[in-house]
Amino acid sequence: MADADRAAWRRRSVLRVVAPARARKLAKVPFVELADGRLQGVVSSGTDIERVYVSSVTATTHAYHCSTNNNRPCGGLRGAPCKHLHALADEAVVQYGVDRVARYLRVEVDDTVATGRQVLSRMDTRHEPTPAAVVFSRFLRHLAYLELPASPAPLPELQWFPSTVAGR
Amino acid sequence: MRGTQVAALRDGVPAGLPDILDVVAGFDEALVRGFARVGEQDAAALAALAGALAGTPLGDPVAEAAGKVTAGSVTADHLAVLAGARSALLGAAHDALLGQLDAALGRDRSPWPVTDPAATPAGPEPAGGPAAGARAWLHEVAVSGWRGVDHELLTAAGTPIETALAVPGLRRLAVLLDGLTAELRASVPVGTMPQVPARRWADLWARGMLLTQAAPPAAPGTGTVSGRLLPLGVDLHEHDTAVQAQVHAILEPADGGPPRLVRTTVGAAKVDTIVGPAVWGLLRACPVLLAALAQRRAVTVTDVALHGGDLRWDDGRARLGEPADPFATARVLLGPATAAPTAPLDRHPVAIAEPVLLEGRVVRDDDGTLTVDLDGHPVAVDTDRLPAGGPLTPDLVAAATALLGLLRWDDGWSVQPLAVLATVKKQPVEAHNGDWADGVTDARVAKAEARAGDAVAVLRERAGRLLRR
Ligand SMILES: [Zn+2]
Repeated sequence: MADADRAAWRRRSVLRVVAPARARKLAKVPFVELADGRLQGVVSSGTDIERVYVSSVTATTHAYHCSTNNNRPCGGLRGAPCKHLHALADEAVVQYGVDRVARYLRVEVDDTVATGRQVLSRMDTRHEPTPAAVVFSRFLRHLAYLELPASPAPLPELQWFPSTVAGR
Repeated sequence: MRGTQVAALRDGVPAGLPDILDVVAGFDEALVRGFARVGEQDAAALAALAGALAGTPLGDPVAEAAGKVTAGSVTADHLAVLAGARSALLGAAHDALLGQLDAALGRDRSPWPVTDPAATPAGPEPAGGPAAGARAWLHEVAVSGWRGVDHELLTAAGTPIETALAVPGLRRLAVLLDGLTAELRASVPVGTMPQVPARRWADLWARGMLLTQAAPPAAPGTGTVSGRLLPLGVDLHEHDTAVQAQVHAILEPADGGPPRLVRTTVGAAKVDTIVGPAVWGLLRACPVLLAALAQRRAVTVTDVALHGGDLRWDDGRARLGEPADPFATARVLLGPATAAPTAPLDRHPVAIAEPVLLEGRVVRDDDGTLTVDLDGHPVAVDTDRLPAGGPLTPDLVAAATALLGLLRWDDGWSVQPLAVLATVKKQPVEAHNGDWADGVTDARVAKAEARAGDAVAVLRERAGRLLRR
């Protein structure tokens, strides 16, 4: 960025600071986020429609965990990330792009890294149990947005957030 | 718009505007560093802010707040006063710019009604009210500065946002904080960002601070109106958890009064994975409005509330009318229509969005930027504001021969396209932002949408099974 562009950028009210999330199929991994210093989310069980797995990787320590929402450890964790963590990382890359996921997790990646699974393989990961409740309650809050009644009045603050063609 | 009007906009920079913007920029840079320790440069910026307000009713409180914050006593009340001072300056900038626009276009605008000061807002929200958490969070942000924002501070925003979402009167605050924290979360650690969007984040911080003080006063002069609504175009707003479609239209009152330039707005809460044309699916509670947009038709409204220029949409009081070409509406009615004033709290240059019709050639620069040429006078086209839920693309806009858009100001004037008449491969093409309101009409985009599947349906199924009822 040239200096003139930088100065102009600091003086504008409407800027695209973050690219919008990209649309993806939600059936397998209904929820992914980069928040609380973790890549975290919820993965639907392939066998039991009532069950979901809560999976996460911490940015600073690269510690991972996977369990059911009732805190029962995932049977797939055998000294390495399970298939739910792979699915979570892959969908995170679809949603946010590989650069943003890698930057958040503080992983150095090159052009050969295209999937979440590849990002995970570049990390020196270790297993460390974390409670599922925090992530699961964030997922429930996420779902609760769809139940919120619409505002009856206009929201003038959304003038700062124009819809943008980027990402299509 | 004519070339002479463009020249009047370009040359008639309101007196004092550059000075106001410099004072605001000084405050914004201070907020990047935070108020934990106010250095020499930031102390000067706070003094300049106080100086700019000297002699106004805000003068004394701002001077006191600036002095206390510089001396290290950073209370939420002092910060609220500083947020008010910054907002007052940008409110004045808004008024000057809109006045300049009205003068250039010859646009008639009704004044904001004078209200009884005794009747305006109730006092500030009592301490400990539902906005207290948000105010405390904004206080903490101002102390740490944008550069000091970390995961912990962002996690701490969760509870205040949840609280605000549950209170209908605080929806504006909740939506603002959701948008701001999503950007901060994606930018952490902000300390390593090459560039901080200083004006933008300070705008959101200051507005948030004001929204935690008291519920905004209702617009005076509220009444109901009936008549024919002729849409000009739709402006789509969205972030991760909110979407809003703002329709700019001409209202022809049934009582024979002069045509009025109005906005009508519908919206919904959403999640980040619902993007692009899928957002229209969240607005299905307004089928008449969506059909009017998609089919470019007029609407007859009966006894709907009108707050200033804000027509409160009520689908039950709306009936789909005859076909109405927005370009024809603009040609015939934009000139004589009376525009509405902006509510005091909303006065900020970002609120300026004035419908205009530009009939001229679009020129594409080497770097891809587009301008409309009107008799040799260029108007910048803001292609960053083409919505993901509509058919307009930079290529289509580049081929335009006529453009219906919103005149906006963001450190300079530009036009945001709402619709274009274009020539593509020697064929005339017409495209409007609202064309897909009732479903995607482009086969390629529709196919991509179908491949991604119905996000809303999947999430509703998950919610049905997992949310405790
Ligand atoms: Zn697992």
